[in-house]
Amino acid sequence: MLRHLLNSVLVAAVSAASFVSGSAIALTSDTAKRIAVGENDDRIKALSDALTNPDEALARLIDALLDDSAKVAGDAVLLVNNGKAIHAATGAATTLPATAEDVVNNNRMRNELEGAKAALGLFSESLTKRNNAIVQLKDSADEGKLPLIDRALAKETDAGLKAKLEQLRAAMLVASSDKQKRLDAVAALASSSQPSVRSLLQERLNAGGETDPDVRAALSTAVKAIEGRLVWGERLGVIFSGLSLGSILFLVALGLAITYGLMGVINMAHGELMMIGAYATYLVQNAFRQHLPNAFDFYIIAAIPMSFFAAALVGAALERTVIRWLYGRPLETLLATWGISLVLIQTMRTFFGAQNVPVENPSWLSGGVQVMSNLILPYNRIAILFFSFFVLATVWLLISKTRLGLFVRGVTQNRSMAACMGVNTAKIDTYAFALGAGIAGLAGCALSQVGNVGPDLGQGYIVDSFMVVVLGGVGQLAGTVYAGLGLGVLNKLLEGWTGAVLAKIIVLAFIVIFIQRRPQGIFALKGRSAEA
Amino acid sequence: MNTSIMSSTVNQSTATLLGTRARMALAAVIAILVLVIPIFNLVVPADSVFHLSDYAVSLLGKIMCYAICALAMDLIWGYTGILSLGHGLFFALGGYAMGMYLMRQIGREGVYKSDLPDFMVFLDWKEVPWHWLGSQSFVVQMFLVVAVPGVLAFVFGYFAFRSRIKGVYFSIITQALTYASMLLFFRNETGFGGNNGFTDFKRLLGIPTATSSMRVTLCVLTGLILVVFYVMSKAIIASKYGRVLQAIRDAESRVLFTGYNTLWYKLSIWTLSAMMCGVAGALYVPQVGIINPGEMSPAASIEIAIWTAVGGRATLIGPIVGAFFVNGAKSWFTVTFPEYWLYFLGAMFIAVTLFLPQGIVGLVRKLSAKYANPTKRGAP
Amino acid sequence: MTPDLLEEGTKRREAYLARQASALTVGESGGQAASFGRVVSSTGEVDTAHGGILYVDDITVSFDGFRALNKLTLNIAVGELRCIIGPNGAGKTTMMDVITGKTKPDSGRAFFGSNIDLLRLRESEIAGRGIGRKFQKPTVFEQLSVFENLELALKMDRRVRASLMHKLTSADSDRIAEMLKLIHLKDSGSRTAGDLSHGQKQWLEIGMLLMQDPKLLLLDEPVAGMTDEETERTAELFLSLEGTHSLVVVEHDMKFIGELVNGGQREKKKIVTVLHEGSVLAEGALADVQANERVVEVYLGR
Repeated sequence: MLRHLLNSVLVAAVSAASFVSGSAIALTSDTAKRIAVGENDDRIKALSDALTNPDEALARLIDALLDDSAKVAGDAVLLVNNGKAIHAATGAATTLPATAEDVVNNNRMRNELEGAKAALGLFSESLTKRNNAIVQLKDSADEGKLPLIDRALAKETDAGLKAKLEQLRAAMLVASSDKQKRLDAVAALASSSQPSVRSLLQERLNAGGETDPDVRAALSTAVKAIEGRLVWGERLGVIFSGLSLGSILFLVALGLAITYGLMGVINMAHGELMMIGAYATYLVQNAFRQHLPNAFDFYIIAAIPMSFFAAALVGAALERTVIRWLYGRPLETLLATWGISLVLIQTMRTFFGAQNVPVENPSWLSGGVQVMSNLILPYNRIAILFFSFFVLATVWLLISKTRLGLFVRGVTQNRSMAACMGVNTAKIDTYAFALGAGIAGLAGCALSQVGNVGPDLGQGYIVDSFMVVVLGGVGQLAGTVYAGLGLGVLNKLLEGWTGAVLAKIIVLAFIVIFIQRRPQGIFALKGRSAEA
Repeated sequence: MNTSIMSSTVNQSTATLLGTRARMALAAVIAILVLVIPIFNLVVPADSVFHLSDYAVSLLGKIMCYAICALAMDLIWGYTGILSLGHGLFFALGGYAMGMYLMRQIGREGVYKSDLPDFMVFLDWKEVPWHWLGSQSFVVQMFLVVAVPGVLAFVFGYFAFRSRIKGVYFSIITQALTYASMLLFFRNETGFGGNNGFTDFKRLLGIPTATSSMRVTLCVLTGLILVVFYVMSKAIIASKYGRVLQAIRDAESRVLFTGYNTLWYKLSIWTLSAMMCGVAGALYVPQVGIINPGEMSPAASIEIAIWTAVGGRATLIGPIVGAFFVNGAKSWFTVTFPEYWLYFLGAMFIAVTLFLPQGIVGLVRKLSAKYANPTKRGAP
Repeated sequence: MTPDLLEEGTKRREAYLARQASALTVGESGGQAASFGRVVSSTGEVDTAHGGILYVDDITVSFDGFRALNKLTLNIAVGELRCIIGPNGAGKTTMMDVITGKTKPDSGRAFFGSNIDLLRLRESEIAGRGIGRKFQKPTVFEQLSVFENLELALKMDRRVRASLMHKLTSADSDRIAEMLKLIHLKDSGSRTAGDLSHGQKQWLEIGMLLMQDPKLLLLDEPVAGMTDEETERTAELFLSLEGTHSLVVVEHDMKFIGELVNGGQREKKKIVTVLHEGSVLAEGALADVQANERVVEVYLGR
């Protein structure tokens, strides 16, 4: 009773005076101890109680708990920094007793602490920090944080953030103990078109949530209303991200379709050729930044040919020195090219370090077009989609319409016949492999716009891209395209349903089963089976 | 009758498994394992030049585990011509089966002082999931060490071989299998400790693991199992079954049209090979004290192939030599020139495929044939 | 027997008679008539009571629209030596693929004897029932010795467990020694098969085929790459097998065909079959076939 009274008095006090002054004695050492030790349920209770009345000491304590620098000695909670200890509540310096024990936080406690930290962000000076806090709190909204939101609302000056806070408040109120409050909150939320609001309302409808029939009815109507607004955006979003992933996969696989599909070379270093393309992009970007800062936005135009030629050059060198001697020995090629990939990775580490290097989008590729409330199509992904089709068209023209393409097809289909016709097969092999490598470089350039650029960039794609080629059928450009896009979309559809990792596993399992049924891929050419 | 050819060929196929010299060599290896290692580690004082350090013992034990994998790889790749990029998976599965038992042996000495392994407490689990039910029992887990890789290999191999998936296709889908398993084991929900895997083992069969005598015991045990596997492989290869395997490698369609259903031959050696890797994994985990999904990375599997290739495919001693050579080099490089290790490993992949298709053993045989008989070309 | 089976049998017999009427010559090839209406069993020994060892009936195989075999019908009698000729792409190898179970046809049927449905069996099972096949390109186990190559072909239990436990008996060794002599590799038993010459490999493969003791041998260009002397010896070998084995020889070498057709002790004329575009263009005595205008047009007179 007394504590309750004390709390309300303190809340009033803090609401009156901005807590930033920090003089409040809100966090007592007793509270600090209850937050730091005990059963999880009690600790969480103590934490949310303390949150109704935040101050700097609390923020300090939460930070310390999150980075594991809080210790308990007897009744005191101590925060350790560089070997110096201070009291959690008062901030007074003290010595660290040898008996002090670490505070152990499990996952659940950590989540609570993260939430609490976010809540404190509502009172930050910075607009973005406040915005971030609101976004974070959305995922852990409960009635306990209501007073905090109210106070933040009272203080908030920015109209946009105010609206967001209102919605957050409503989200907390749907779980209120007062029926009327719940009904009002549902009505307020029904006008939203945010996916998180829908799932929040949906959750209330689940077992253990809302029990009152009136509120349940209101909830159902509200969910339906939001769903109607969301469904198309979601569907399109999944398809778009699937196409985007698919376009990247098929750009990666397109190079393999030439080296593996047409030439029959298992190139495990394909991913590393992509990495070379990505690093070439990075170097071009740096050169522009240094020498042509005004034209920085157009560095990507120069990076595209550079990444192609850098990778093609390395590819040609590899073909001449190693791969040439291994034609017709696929398993040995696999091992040798794996060795090449190790050397290339280590070379990049030696020159550029093991860390990722920063590659910035040109300003016209950052941001995106807002199609619906819950559907934003990023420009860089749209650009890659178009780029990959552009590369496909070029490769198709090159292979089917030019003399070089004719030679490549001739050599890969019947080497000795082509040699008899006076084609320099060795040269054609080098050109074809360099072309495949160059396309890998282009894929690397594209990847640099959406992901990290580091020595391990290629490793993550090699399994996927081989799957695309195998699924599409060897020697088939069309098959590669369908397989790449198909796998991308399938992956993203499953992701929405099962989560990213399981989706990937399901896709791999699907491919393994598929290959069992049709070992030659989707677009296999049947033929008289020669012996062996 | 044609005694000249008959005597040589029949002798070859009906001779006892090991000649006198081979038996002597084998006896010497066993003696080193059982006597020399324990004495030089446990009895000889630490300041003596003959002292074998604990580090050397565990390195030796670890490399012998790898040698078992390389031997298993040789049976399926060197002799049957099927390159598996999934042996790291079987190794890890054996390791995890052992790791589960070791985790339960920690008892209440974990960070959270709970009956459950720490990572389960961290995830707020209240009881062990179904696949951990047998983990208290050593016998059950040792059964799983061979059964899980064996069953997985059998089922996967049955479908793959039945659909006539071979060559690079088979290699790539085994790699996909390994990769998918790695992703699965990275998940916390799978119940194998996620990213961190298992570590901080305390006891094996109630005996503390962090002692010299335990280390030596495990090392010697690994060595003896390696010897047993070696002799077993020798018997397999010397049998008609072994010749069918080599025939499959050389011309599978001929074997089919000669009336052998190659499915069962490939499937049996593939499953056996997977189980050998499982055993190697189980021996490995208590010696290095950790198992995590990193063991399932595609790179780990492909490295097993390179040990076999470096030593010499289609010889039984080759993979063991290769495992020792490559891993010996690895532990030297990673201490002395850590940044050059990948260059060396990569160069080895390339050099062996380009210049040394028969590996170290092939090179030694060629050279010795050359010196023993300078006029003749090196006979196989 | 059910009425619909009887009806089906009648229908097929009628179709067969119609085809037979239009065929050039049928000679002594196994008559299919007697086997109609019998219940098909796919187990047990081959039943050749009706004089035929191989019935290929109306087989069609297409690869992406291209018809490799087009309603091919071919019957081989017990003990017959049949030569099959035809230009490249006539479907000779595909026919062998179908008979040995490597390729499954789109339609038609293929029987070994009158009781074994070849289309239901796998390659290894077909080989086990007694059909041996030699490939166009000599296919031996390159890294095993010649002796071991023959040992693997030795007729015995082909299952895994049996192979693990197998011990070579002296009777087996004698058989292998005899075979080495027969295929003129007496002194090469311990040589690695990969070191043999092209012609020797061909012989080794033939030897492996014979070790299986097959009832029917399918030989795809058995003398390609052989010297004249080796070719002659091969012809002798095949002729010595005639009667005890049934042989189907696919060959381009007309001299070799001539030796096979005109040699041997049997007084009856041997049949030569000409394949073209996946079906039988002509069938009959070599001289008749060579005189046939259409054959001359598509093959001999090119």
